Amino acid sequence: MMSKSLSGIDLLHLTIDDIRRIFSVDDRGLLEEMAHAARELTRRQFGRTISLYAPLYIANYCENECVYCGFHASQKSMPRSKLTMEQIDKECAALAATGNRSVLILTGESRFHSSPQYIRDAVRIAARYFSYVALEVYPLDEEEYSELYLAGVDGVTLYQETYDRARYDELHLAGPKKVYDYRITAPDRIARAGIRHISMGALLGLTDWRRDVIALFEHVRSLERKYPGVEFGLAFPRLRRVADDIHRYQEVSDRDMLKIMCSARLFFPRVGISISTRELPQFRDRIIEFGVTKMSAGSSTRVGGYLEGENKYEDGQFEVFDPRSFDEVKAMLRSKGFDPVVTDWRNIVNS
Amino acid sequence: MDDKLIVGGREFGSRFFLGTGKFGDKEAMRKAIASSGSELVTVALRRIDLDETDESILSFIPGGTTIMVNTSGARNAAEAVRIAHIAREAGYGDWIKIEVISDSRYLLPDNQETIKATKTLSGEGFVVLPYMHPDLYVAKALVDAGAAAVMPLGSLIGSNQGLKMRTLIEVLIEEIIEVPIVVDAGIGRPSHAAEAMEMGADAVLANTAVADAEDPPLMAAAFARGVEAGRMAYLAKMGKERREAAASSPLTGFLYDE
Repeated sequence: MMSKSLSGIDLLHLTIDDIRRIFSVDDRGLLEEMAHAARELTRRQFGRTISLYAPLYIANYCENECVYCGFHASQKSMPRSKLTMEQIDKECAALAATGNRSVLILTGESRFHSSPQYIRDAVRIAARYFSYVALEVYPLDEEEYSELYLAGVDGVTLYQETYDRARYDELHLAGPKKVYDYRITAPDRIARAGIRHISMGALLGLTDWRRDVIALFEHVRSLERKYPGVEFGLAFPRLRRVADDIHRYQEVSDRDMLKIMCSARLFFPRVGISISTRELPQFRDRIIEFGVTKMSAGSSTRVGGYLEGENKYEDGQFEVFDPRSFDEVKAMLRSKGFDPVVTDWRNIVNS
Repeated sequence: MDDKLIVGGREFGSRFFLGTGKFGDKEAMRKAIASSGSELVTVALRRIDLDETDESILSFIPGGTTIMVNTSGARNAAEAVRIAHIAREAGYGDWIKIEVISDSRYLLPDNQETIKATKTLSGEGFVVLPYMHPDLYVAKALVDAGAAAVMPLGSLIGSNQGLKMRTLIEVLIEEIIEVPIVVDAGIGRPSHAAEAMEMGADAVLANTAVADAEDPPLMAAAFARGVEAGRMAYLAKMGKERREAAASSPLTGFLYDE
């Protein structure tokens, strides 16, 4: 593989300084070279496969005031609900019936409505239907993570949102999430609890994405050295609504996204990179070539969305921009020469 | 040529083993197994849907092929053992490739945990082929632990770098005579496979280089031939490489001039 780029950056041995340079220039030739290198490296490491998963929202009560989120506490027009264990069982059955074997369970942040025990009970149910169960919930204590691990949790997703402490404080008006340090130290607690997969990210657009991505990369690299047995994952969700003068969001263009994705692949050859249905189909279908290893498919972001069927794309935490079904996404992947991988994990803690 | 490989009491006509991960489509994988004539393939238990739908990877493996489940995902001996138990209970046989990896950046095998898992599983009647970092003492310990073969890495998994570990693998080939040596990981081209066989390896396992080719079945056939050519050269006892041209009038000739 060619590794020396036009501008003298060794793409296969990137340093953080190189990435800073890459982020600060607009060099089409360099981006093209990065795309080639990222594609080749991804194929070598992961083959022509993409794993599929779907989110499962079990509760949307939230005590936080994050100015950018549709679930925030004072959003009174948002109908709040939480599924009973019986309903969770039915939702799991409905989702599993589509062929999906990998689930990401989500709740809002409310220790009262969706307590660690409630989450644990939900995980036990999900583990009966899925070969891989991941969680995207509020940060927890190490002991709580240990209990969830024993209940069947294979992975945890937790985004720092932004690494800019001052900006973080400004955007999180109230609620337990306001404590930056408890959130940023959560990956350490997850790793120490024995959980194998930790997916991290920043919500791009809250501030200068360059600084956030660099901070994220440095954070993940330091965790990799500390916990070599953990498989880290990365995701780069970006804010969709940027026309908001009050909150000074910043746009992250498709070109920026590609630059970020390719840098992530080249800097972390083995890290899983996922892309959600927050992205438009035409962008998702193209970007899968350059480092993506996981994508959500047939997603509903609404509590109880898989059973209801109708209107499932409204009132979710965020809008689903790729409404294609699980089978449609699989067909798209096949048409592009990828094998859609449905089963890529076996929980061995509980079996 | 009557040159069978015997591993775990089973006879193999082909000395090329194929991994089934990373293929862009399962039909290409099926054709690659067929065109290479490989009689042993590895499958990660984590990729097998226990519900066994039509799309299950197992339904694309030709009958008669020995399936060796690997313990991908295991971080220590206990986890590798558990994966082997699940595989056996699910009916996938007793052939186990032990992969114990507790570093997710380089995917290097943990030799110590691998020895432990080998000991436990061979004691339970599994045919155990451990993937290992080529170290002589570890190879001896694996043989003592009951390994049916020893599988040293050629270079980092998926790197296509070939035999970066050449010198150390040569030591294993020289010293480990009780069980076959199967070179696994990093084999990027048929010529790498041929080189390993010329050195005296008993078999070669490849995956990425075949799965990632534009035409996997053709590449699989090329690998099988590389393995065959290397094996034939080994059996034919190649002339040694010399650093200098061999002088036609030997340096010590004067001793015999009368």
